[in-house]
Amino acid sequence: MKTRLLDNRDFLAGLLFITIGAVGFGVALSYPFGNVQQMGPGFFPRILGAILVGFGVVTLVRGLRSGEPVQGGWGWFPLAVITASLVAFGWLMEHVGLVPSLVVLIVSSAYAGREFRWGEVAVLAVAMTLLALSIFVWGLGMPYELFAFEFGR
Amino acid sequence: MDVLSNLALGFGVALTLKNLTYCFVGVFLGTLIGVLPGIGPLVTIAMLLPITFGLDPVSSLIMLAGIFYGAQYGGSTTAILVNMPGEVSSAVTAIDGYQMARQGRAGPALATAAIASFVAGIISTLLVAFFGPLVGKWALEFGAAEYFSLMLMGLVFSAVLAHGDLVKSLAMVVVGLMLGIVGTDVTSGLPRFSFGVVELLDGVGFTVVAVGLFAVAEIVQNLARTEKVEVFTKDVKNLMPTWADIKAITMPTLRGTALGSFFGALPGITASVAAFSAYMLEKKLAKDPSRFGKGAIEGVAAPEAANNAAAQTHFIPTLTLGIPASAVMALMLGALTMQGIQPGPQVMTSRPELFWGLVASMFVGNVLLLLLNLPLVGLWARLTQVPYRWLFPAILMFAAVGNFSLNNSAMDVYLCAAVGVLGYVFAKLDCQPAPLILGYVLGPMLEENLRRALLMSEGSFAVFVTRPISLAFLLVTALILLAMIVPTLRRGRERALEEGDAG
Repeated sequence: MKTRLLDNRDFLAGLLFITIGAVGFGVALSYPFGNVQQMGPGFFPRILGAILVGFGVVTLVRGLRSGEPVQGGWGWFPLAVITASLVAFGWLMEHVGLVPSLVVLIVSSAYAGREFRWGEVAVLAVAMTLLALSIFVWGLGMPYELFAFEFGR
Repeated sequence: MDVLSNLALGFGVALTLKNLTYCFVGVFLGTLIGVLPGIGPLVTIAMLLPITFGLDPVSSLIMLAGIFYGAQYGGSTTAILVNMPGEVSSAVTAIDGYQMARQGRAGPALATAAIASFVAGIISTLLVAFFGPLVGKWALEFGAAEYFSLMLMGLVFSAVLAHGDLVKSLAMVVVGLMLGIVGTDVTSGLPRFSFGVVELLDGVGFTVVAVGLFAVAEIVQNLARTEKVEVFTKDVKNLMPTWADIKAITMPTLRGTALGSFFGALPGITASVAAFSAYMLEKKLAKDPSRFGKGAIEGVAAPEAANNAAAQTHFIPTLTLGIPASAVMALMLGALTMQGIQPGPQVMTSRPELFWGLVASMFVGNVLLLLLNLPLVGLWARLTQVPYRWLFPAILMFAAVGNFSLNNSAMDVYLCAAVGVLGYVFAKLDCQPAPLILGYVLGPMLEENLRRALLMSEGSFAVFVTRPISLAFLLVTALILLAMIVPTLRRGRERALEEGDAG
């Protein structure tokens, strides 16, 4: 059973663990290690980083042996659209106010679904905006401008 | 009686109009959202967390607990009607519950779930009231070494019992621990892993991690999936179970409650393990085990009872030791910490109204749940038909606005998106998110207790094995790990978990 490395589930997981562990260990090298009696801020992260690299190596080797592939395809499209909608919402909140940000969030995220009907999405956007306003602004009293135009900051 | 006077205090807190309202709102919202297909208790709590931060600690905990068991019950409804459990623990209920629904017995199945949950909820809450203080008193003797060993045990348990590969689950614990390090070090004041981002000086926000991992990543997973499901809502008519049904579910409910209460009190053991063991027990005890999987009513009652009992007794280690027993409890603990309360045995003596108010509210909440569910089951059944394409933008709305509202900063929304991407990649690589969130919540405490223990022992690791309680925790941890590594047992575990997943 031969699986391409890029489809090999445990190989990729191991690689990810090794990367996170190694980066954590590397960054923690600049923090004082202290000693066992007086643990410095670098003590715990360095130990964790090393342990994570260890687990990563075990996972990676097992992946090479078993060749188990990733189950189901990668959902790159919904992942990209959902992430982009969140990022857009965050950025817009600081520039154009709550209402336009919400509309953009709802409409753009709905695009990640399998079915996209303009009529439905319009209703959804209005309903969700009203829901958000009634919970967060009128209910919890959060001080957001509903509409704003601030690009100078 | 000590417990009685404390319970009286608790009911005094829980029965104020304000807390009664929050309990009701929590149970109602929890059921409402939990019943929506594909949304489990974790997503529900994660997305509603920011709403509770404005309340005082007692009210917010009461409301969160209400959301939790509401969502848990809502999830069972969805499991029975749509065979689409929002969480692993209700997957067991789905095995026979869905079959009952297909045979036109959706009503009795739903009623059984409601009754079993109610009985289990009341009994196990009594257990929390009696055993919580005992554990708390015992834990007051704990020093840093005991806490470190106990947390280690909890983390290893959570990894052992997570579905999937042990090494990867342990690695996820470590990833969570490292995520917990981000921010300013309490002892030295040095910012760690903040990469010059001002917002990271306070660490990666708790809601950011919870929402990213359990709402955003989950949505992407659901959108990338392509399956059609059959819904049985037209059949929900005669709700009441027959007298024969009641007789059939009495013992399974009590046995499920006993199993669930026991498992729930052990840190790291999830409700799904309790539900699955209760199901297996009933199958063993049944005169005709072949009925199971084909709509056996005991197969609905026992796991539902176990599930709910474990959900309540999870509060024992969470509130008395500060060690969350599951991912949901980690969310509760995180919410407490955000309210400025350091969880641990001292909470019970310093804030008795918090512990006893919550315990009393669990009685109230279970009654509310039953009152709410029997008449409203038709409405809940109709809600299971809401298409997912309307739901996920709504969840995202809560995720986005909720995270923005924490610090009024877009950075938390960006971080949440990043955690979501990471969570999705992990999920695709079959790495479980639950051990990560436990590691993330316990990380700072684990480091602090390790530091304190080693400081007091003058750098000698012997302190962890010379103190008997600490040694006991470490021995149990080692035994569990050994048991997992012995290959024969391991194969048995994989088979057991696969059967559990089959629903």
